[in-house]
Amino acid sequence: MKILVPVKRVIDYNVKPRVKSDGTGVDLSNVKMSMNPFDEIAVEEAIRLKEKGVATEIVAVSVGPQKAQETLRTALAMGADRAILVQTDDEVEPLAVAKILKGIADEEAPGMVILGKQAIDDDCNQTGQMLAALMGRPQGTFASKVEVEGGSVSVTREVDGGLETVKLAMPAVVTTDLRLNEPRYASLPNIMKAKSKPLATKAPADYGVDTSPRVKTLKVAEPPVRQAGIKVADVDALVAKLKEMGVA
Amino acid sequence: MKTLVWVEHDNASVKDATLAAVTAASQLGEVHLLVAGAGCAGVAEQAGRIAGVGKVHLADSPAYANALPENVAPLVVELMGHHDAFVAPATSNGKNIAPRVAALLDVMQISDVLSVEGSRTFTRPTYAGNAIATVESSDAKLVITVRGTAFAKAATEGGSGAVEAVSGSGDAGLSSFVGAEIAKSERPELTSAKIIVSGGRALKDADTFQATIFPLADKLGAAVGASRAAVDAGYVPNDYQVGQTGKIVAPEIYIAVGISGAIQHLAGMKDSKTIIAINKDEDAPIFQVADVGLVADLFNAVPELVGKL
Repeated sequence: MKILVPVKRVIDYNVKPRVKSDGTGVDLSNVKMSMNPFDEIAVEEAIRLKEKGVATEIVAVSVGPQKAQETLRTALAMGADRAILVQTDDEVEPLAVAKILKGIADEEAPGMVILGKQAIDDDCNQTGQMLAALMGRPQGTFASKVEVEGGSVSVTREVDGGLETVKLAMPAVVTTDLRLNEPRYASLPNIMKAKSKPLATKAPADYGVDTSPRVKTLKVAEPPVRQAGIKVADVDALVAKLKEMGVA
Repeated sequence: MKTLVWVEHDNASVKDATLAAVTAASQLGEVHLLVAGAGCAGVAEQAGRIAGVGKVHLADSPAYANALPENVAPLVVELMGHHDAFVAPATSNGKNIAPRVAALLDVMQISDVLSVEGSRTFTRPTYAGNAIATVESSDAKLVITVRGTAFAKAATEGGSGAVEAVSGSGDAGLSSFVGAEIAKSERPELTSAKIIVSGGRALKDADTFQATIFPLADKLGAAVGASRAAVDAGYVPNDYQVGQTGKIVAPEIYIAVGISGAIQHLAGMKDSKTIIAINKDEDAPIFQVADVGLVADLFNAVPELVGKL
């Protein structure tokens, strides 16, 4: 079984985003960029399925600028076999990304597509579900456990009330939540080896996808800032404050 | 504009998240509801009484019992033939179903809406709430999910929406529900609680977390939450997590115990009315957003607090 793993290059998890003063977006110049953390978990899960002998080949895909090659090289260094970069300098919305991924899935015929549940830049939480819809296949979102059994996959999902498990006919789309696994670091020899793994470059037009945005960003602003309040000296003072608030 | 609102329910009663979605939808136009489930006629009747509701579409079939998106999305798409906007609460069901509907309608969804600025213009959080974007859709139909804490709850009485049965296409044969481990608790639900007591990594282990946080929560009639670090460390299950990727909460009072205040955690609770922080590190970022801070060792302060309340 082949596994397709879409990955996105985003602002690094530890960087505090700054809104541009002209309100057009978030300043990404000279900011550290990394693989979306949820996608790292997706790559790790695919590798584990390959190590278990369930998967035979892992294809990493990214839709983004030329620099997204670095993100794909990270996936290759972790253990993906080859990569496809669908190169574009435009910002591509989840719907268009899903259409491109559908085109790739048609060519590659994967048994499973695993990707992050959301990207930490736009926080949309859409691409996996949209891809599943376009493929006409089932989806296992927010996964904390993935088990392949014959022609189907059991996905345990993190839901509002706790956990739920669904059984999906394959091919299926799985999106990852935080506790699915802990991604490995790529070793230096594997980083070196990744440089010679195949990486194909394509364009959205190769899949007949129009990436013009459907949603226009009119303005980006900082959220209202919360002012720090007071510090109380001891528990008695805290109890007094709680009583003022009508509690206790 | 005619809107179709996804009713969040457990086949017995309407969940609160629905009420915020109804408020958002009413700012767009006429409000119709969809109750999809199994044996859920009572839910539809209850939903019809929500203030401002015009009509309730009831899809009652075993295929819809667990809101499997493969079965439910085609039903929504069918109903969207005569509605202009699909509005779902940003719950785990809403987030699972809405994008599947959007793709089938060839619409770019707007996620986690914070405010309705116009008939096609909304604000929404990006970058873990560090940037608020005002966005405008150019699609023929709208698909949006709504952040529950950002809208007032519609009144549960006063409406007189007629219930109309719809059948839909039933089981798509792609997926099945195996089971659920849903935590049962006497405490209020996190997303609708008036008071929340949350614990962080400083709580050491599951037993210490329970022994320290639970008595305080019970004394205050509060829900219990946790930081990602505490959940990752296995102190409490995933459904306790407050933060960017967990639950977004905005209670009257949020008490953060032994939580340093990582950006991801703040993203989930900074709209709380009053934030109280107990932490022994006086430089912890949580104090930058707290209204009332107590610099103290939580293992002394929390039991003392429980004793004095």
